[in-house]
Amino acid sequence: MLNYQFMQNAFIVGTLIAILSGIIGVFVIARNMTFLTHILSETGFAGAAFGLFMGWNPLWGMVLFTLLSSIFIGQLSNSTERNDDSITAVSSLAIGSGILFLFLANSNSSSATNILFGSIVGIDKKAVVNMIGLILVVIALVSLIYRKLKFDSFDPIGAKSRHLPVALIALFFQIALALSVSVSAQIIGSLLIFILLTLPAASAKNFAHNVKYMIGLAISFSLAGVWLGLWLSYKTNWPVSFFISLIEFLIYFVGIIYQKRMN
Amino acid sequence: MKNNEKILSIKDLSLKVSKHILFDPISFNLFQNDFLSILGKNGVGKTTLIKAILFNQKINSGQIKLYIKDNLIGYVPQFRNLPKDYPLTVKEFISLAFDKSLLPWLSKKEKKRLNVVLQQTRLLDLANYRMSNLSGGELERAYLAQALLNNPKLLILDESTASLDNISKLNLLELVKSYQKEAKISVIFATHDLSLAKKYSDHYLLIEPDRYSYGNINELSDQQLEDANA
Repeated sequence: MLNYQFMQNAFIVGTLIAILSGIIGVFVIARNMTFLTHILSETGFAGAAFGLFMGWNPLWGMVLFTLLSSIFIGQLSNSTERNDDSITAVSSLAIGSGILFLFLANSNSSSATNILFGSIVGIDKKAVVNMIGLILVVIALVSLIYRKLKFDSFDPIGAKSRHLPVALIALFFQIALALSVSVSAQIIGSLLIFILLTLPAASAKNFAHNVKYMIGLAISFSLAGVWLGLWLSYKTNWPVSFFISLIEFLIYFVGIIYQKRMN
Repeated sequence: MKNNEKILSIKDLSLKVSKHILFDPISFNLFQNDFLSILGKNGVGKTTLIKAILFNQKINSGQIKLYIKDNLIGYVPQFRNLPKDYPLTVKEFISLAFDKSLLPWLSKKEKKRLNVVLQQTRLLDLANYRMSNLSGGELERAYLAQALLNNPKLLILDESTASLDNISKLNLLELVKSYQKEAKISVIFATHDLSLAKKYSDHYLLIEPDRYSYGNINELSDQQLEDANA
């Protein structure tokens, strides 16, 4: 299986995405930002379609759209109480625009399915380089503010009382999240992006009780999903995102049972 | 009890919350090793005053002068509301306040300090318990430990005993008092529990809607208390 260049690429990128999702996901869960991840997957779809329409690499359209919406929606929920209606409005517009851009781009249906559901075949060497670059940017951002991000995510009231620059931390994190969504969507698809960014970390929370172990476990769960998913997808020719979602769901399910037993 | 080093000085301070002036201009000083209780009924503005001292509240007039760096204030907020499934252990929660270093792991020095604080707040045995498994009194001790982690010179407790039973209240304040004695820090304790204030404070600041009084806790008369809490 690894004799094929595209499978090698898929494994390299998949591994990096799993590591990235494990790290970012722990903070997504702690900061209660699952909702933002959902929205970003939708605006990511619109962004990728926009990229196709403009004749760019869809990845950059996605980066542009997710960055803008992450900062906009993130700031909105920082300053006022979260307004679910306005978030729904944004996501409706995103999906609608995505469909329009796809139509205008005259692209075939396979581009649409690639964006929505991801593709392991479509990853060439250039894409690998782009993704590695973005992943390194995200990991650098998070490392730079790791302790402050940890404090603000797991004890926002305590962090505020220590005069941490919480608005700036939130902004950094929103940028990191938007980039993670754009990168991960390349393989798992924008529709199912929140799987890797939320489920492994949510499962890890049931087993580990310090942030370091939670990140370690979330990475392991993501890796298990991506590696097994890629292998099963190769063997069966079924979509990789189905297998990843199934595996992550099973891990989460086991986590819930474990947690219930422990209590 | 009182050393001469000034920690905080408040002069003619008045605060406004949505066009409503909270209290008449207040003036008082806080010295090193001083234990000040801010007394008054709920809603009179104790928490707003504390927010102003923490520079989290706009002031209407007057001035607040802090003679220590603002990162040397340890603060235990009134509400924390950790979710039921909060995952972190006690020691992980406390060590969140080590927020300066770029290292992702704790240094030897930080580990040592964490252990000292765990010991001082009698949390060593509970260090690896999840926060969500603690009782109310134990949780407040963990919040206290986090506030003490960075060696504060001023500790501010905002109604930290309000939700506790009598034994836990006394336990918590005994810990604060013994820490104060050892580290020579100043304490501001906002409470509406007068007996606790009388037992542990050196000074009081009694806030009422239209006036305030400040003085030695022994000089606080029962009549004043009765008037304020009528």
